[in-house]
Amino acid sequence: MRLPPFQDLLDGNREAVYRFLVAAVGHQDADDCFQETFLAALRAYPRLERSDNLRGWLLTIARNKALDHHRRQAQHPLPTAPIPEAAAPAANPDHTEVWSAVRRLPAKQMSAVIYRFVNDLPYRDIARLLDCSEEAARRNVHEALKKLRGATYE
Amino acid sequence: MSELELTLKLRGDLSRDAASVAARFAETADGSGALDVAYAMVDSPFGPLLVAASTRGLLRLAYPDEPVEALMAQLAEEVSPRILEAPGRLDPLRRQLDEYFAGSRRRFEFPIDWRLVHGFGRDVLRVTAHIPYGKVSTYGDVAVRTGRPKASRAVGNALGANPMPIVIPCHRVVRTGGGLGGYTGGVQRKERLLQLEGGAPR
Repeated sequence: MRLPPFQDLLDGNREAVYRFLVAAVGHQDADDCFQETFLAALRAYPRLERSDNLRGWLLTIARNKALDHHRRQAQHPLPTAPIPEAAAPAANPDHTEVWSAVRRLPAKQMSAVIYRFVNDLPYRDIARLLDCSEEAARRNVHEALKKLRGATYE
Repeated sequence: MSELELTLKLRGDLSRDAASVAARFAETADGSGALDVAYAMVDSPFGPLLVAASTRGLLRLAYPDEPVEALMAQLAEEVSPRILEAPGRLDPLRRQLDEYFAGSRRRFEFPIDWRLVHGFGRDVLRVTAHIPYGKVSTYGDVAVRTGRPKASRAVGNALGANPMPIVIPCHRVVRTGGGLGGYTGGVQRKERLLQLEGGAPR
């Protein structure tokens, strides 16, 4: 199969993947997850059987890496106190509490809401990425918004 | 759209951060062993040269007239689609090219990956690789040394298709009567390289 040079994938999708990861794991860890995402993609690339949805493929890998990251953090929570806001001025200057609530959502809802609002994807594409119906994708976003409202504007 | 939904847009321009994180990925990839082709742009008196190397060695050196997209497509198809701009792998060659153009280097010490050159073409380029700095050889000489004394025309074609000009010094092969002959990068560049080396034919 004829695949484009990997550099084209990196150039064309680095921002979408990075935005997804900043939303899903925060600025601090987005860089490492980005490296893991593209490295997994590079390793698997020559065996890829379709090239019609490379962005979707990368965003799926990014989601898996973000979920791995959450799992690791749940298993080995940092022993130190959380870093004070002032120490990380670049990380989400506003609405920090919204983003931590996003990261506490169930996996599918978290991915759905980030794909929808951060990556601006239509529900049809979100359904494809989450391997569910369009209706289920909508429901996941709806549920996520409801929880976020509850968590942040109570 | 609600305030919450607007917040979820993740305001702020992340394109510069994304660019630097992606640039760091080139190093990650090169260190992983999964990067089959690394390329870099190298400044030269002829303009930016594109150089590409596998883990075995140099595959390609291209003058600025060759469109980068076509080069990438060729490498993706004939070598591997796992290609990235990863200058680290080519740093030693970049330094050597700088020295060569400054007149302080007479031979390149960078491994060659011959996989883009086949058959007789490879024989011709291997013979050519041994022509010393500052010396010239003729198409006929090269033909003799490949064991096919009547093949000077085929030698010319093989040199014209040299995927690694400068490093494999096809500019050092000239016509028997003293004419320069052709060159993959244009005959003016051939002349300039020969002048640089002080071996221009009289």
